[in-house]
Amino acid sequence: MQYLDFEKPIADLEKKIEELENLSTVGDGILKKEIASLNKKVEELRKSIFADLTRWQRVQLARHPDRPYTTDYIDNFVDDFVELHGDRYHADDKAIVAGLGKIDGESVMIIGHQKGRDTASRTYRNFGMANPEGYRKAYRLMKLAEKFKIPIITLLDTPGAFPGLEAEERGQAEAIAKNLKMMAMLKVPLITIVIGEGASGGAIGIGMGNEVYMMENTWYSVISPESCSSILWKTWDYKEQAAANLKLTAKDLEELEVIDGVIPEPLGGAHRNHDEAAALVKSQIVKSLKKLKKLSSNKLIEQRIEKYSSIGAFEIAK
Amino acid sequence: MSWFKRKDENIQTETKKEMPEGVWVKVPTTGETIHRRELEDNLWVDPLSGHHFRIGSKQYFSIIFDDNKFEELGQNIMPTDPLEFSDTKKYKDRLEATQKKSGLSDAARVGVGKMNGIDLVVGCMDFGFIGGSMGSVVGERLGIAIDHARENKIPLIIISQTGGARMMESVLSLMQMAKTSAKLAQLEEDGVPYISYMTHPTTGGVTASYAMLGDFNVAEPGALIAFAGPRVVRQTIGRDLPEGFQTAEYLLEHGFLDFIVPRNTMKSKLTKLLKLVLHKK
Repeated sequence: MQYLDFEKPIADLEKKIEELENLSTVGDGILKKEIASLNKKVEELRKSIFADLTRWQRVQLARHPDRPYTTDYIDNFVDDFVELHGDRYHADDKAIVAGLGKIDGESVMIIGHQKGRDTASRTYRNFGMANPEGYRKAYRLMKLAEKFKIPIITLLDTPGAFPGLEAEERGQAEAIAKNLKMMAMLKVPLITIVIGEGASGGAIGIGMGNEVYMMENTWYSVISPESCSSILWKTWDYKEQAAANLKLTAKDLEELEVIDGVIPEPLGGAHRNHDEAAALVKSQIVKSLKKLKKLSSNKLIEQRIEKYSSIGAFEIAK
Repeated sequence: MSWFKRKDENIQTETKKEMPEGVWVKVPTTGETIHRRELEDNLWVDPLSGHHFRIGSKQYFSIIFDDNKFEELGQNIMPTDPLEFSDTKKYKDRLEATQKKSGLSDAARVGVGKMNGIDLVVGCMDFGFIGGSMGSVVGERLGIAIDHARENKIPLIIISQTGGARMMESVLSLMQMAKTSAKLAQLEEDGVPYISYMTHPTTGGVTASYAMLGDFNVAEPGALIAFAGPRVVRQTIGRDLPEGFQTAEYLLEHGFLDFIVPRNTMKSKLTKLLKLVLHKK
């Protein structure tokens, strides 16, 4: 398990417990008691640290290398999953995974950004940064889902759409724009969940859900704190301040009424317990599906357009 | 002379100067000077080199609308500071200072009038207002433009000039991409024509929403049009960018524009196009 800088007191204690456990022999009552009390202390420490996280700390948690990714959720609660590949124009983007499967016995199309966990898989997944073919794959499969009246679930977890030369050449902007316009008019329910990083156009490019949820330790913003710092402060050093100013956490977005709710995470973050995290995500999906399935196609479109049309903060002058 | 000079043109920082003051105006691309009146008469296009000086909504409206007559919509929509954003400057102060300096209330205006007799809605961005960035007000005003076009079955032109979404409104700016795209989807359903006219520069979240969604995607010569700007792409790939990368000409070559039109023939060409679409004589 990797610890983040603010988790150091927890890490120190856990190391101590491990050392004591190694020393302890059967029937060593005093040591056992000591270990039990330390374990209790660790839990309390974790609770207090996680009760009051800064925005930048949430960003760090959202990027934790042990966090569950799209395929982890699929493996956990999507049955009979059949992965579908390719945009039919250029390539199959490995940074977006998509396919049909069942959740609680219901067919769904599930589409999500995918990161890798080691050097090889990170490169293979392009660090979760999709190219135009990724957005075009999502486009194709959302229209396919619509054709067969299958609800769509999208999981967002990207540091941004890939800003490469070929991505520009093949129309990164056009691919994202087309998706936005298409998603507005989808006749089937679209449920979006931010499971890690929700960076800008690369995230919303598959994320115009009828309902949008964020997991507790994720972020969603127009720009990453680092890039924001480099543009507005002209240095990379102000990422913490940038994160604070961008109001990019799940709680912030709930308060801004941009999302429909926050999905809680296991204590210490989703990476501490993949199964528990998956159960919480699944339960929200099932609940939302049940609700949205009652709406007609027209109503779904109307609700979606109304939802996005009403987002914005401005004054009306007299 | 400065000691250190950037030798590469395409990483030069964008200068934010609007039309320079004075009788004689220097053409940045050639170093020649031109009389201000002559430049104005040629719609701020250098007759010799074809360099397009940046102009704002005021000038675009005067070019497009017959006799410069139009009704403005949405000007009562005013920016606020919903996130209490503060970088080296408070967003609130930045808004106030920019409003004072530019005489604009935000980075987009909407006009309804006629172009060579054809009814038309024009949404026009202003780069002079915080880099033409798209925040809640830009989204709302352009939304009003799209709705007006749809409800009255009047063709729509959106003129883009922007660095992208406005950071100081964070996710609210991002959501304007969804908002404008959703409204354009409705416009499409109702069969109302939409021309996206991209000027220098058109980048970021604006390119990745309404700028790329025209029935006709059109640009001014030499305009930078991109999702990620050249500096970022260069950093990503770690090598020099090809000549003319992300210019209007480059996008035309790669299939993302219908045509490029110089500003001084734009009005007649767009009129011709709309007459064809509207079956007008």
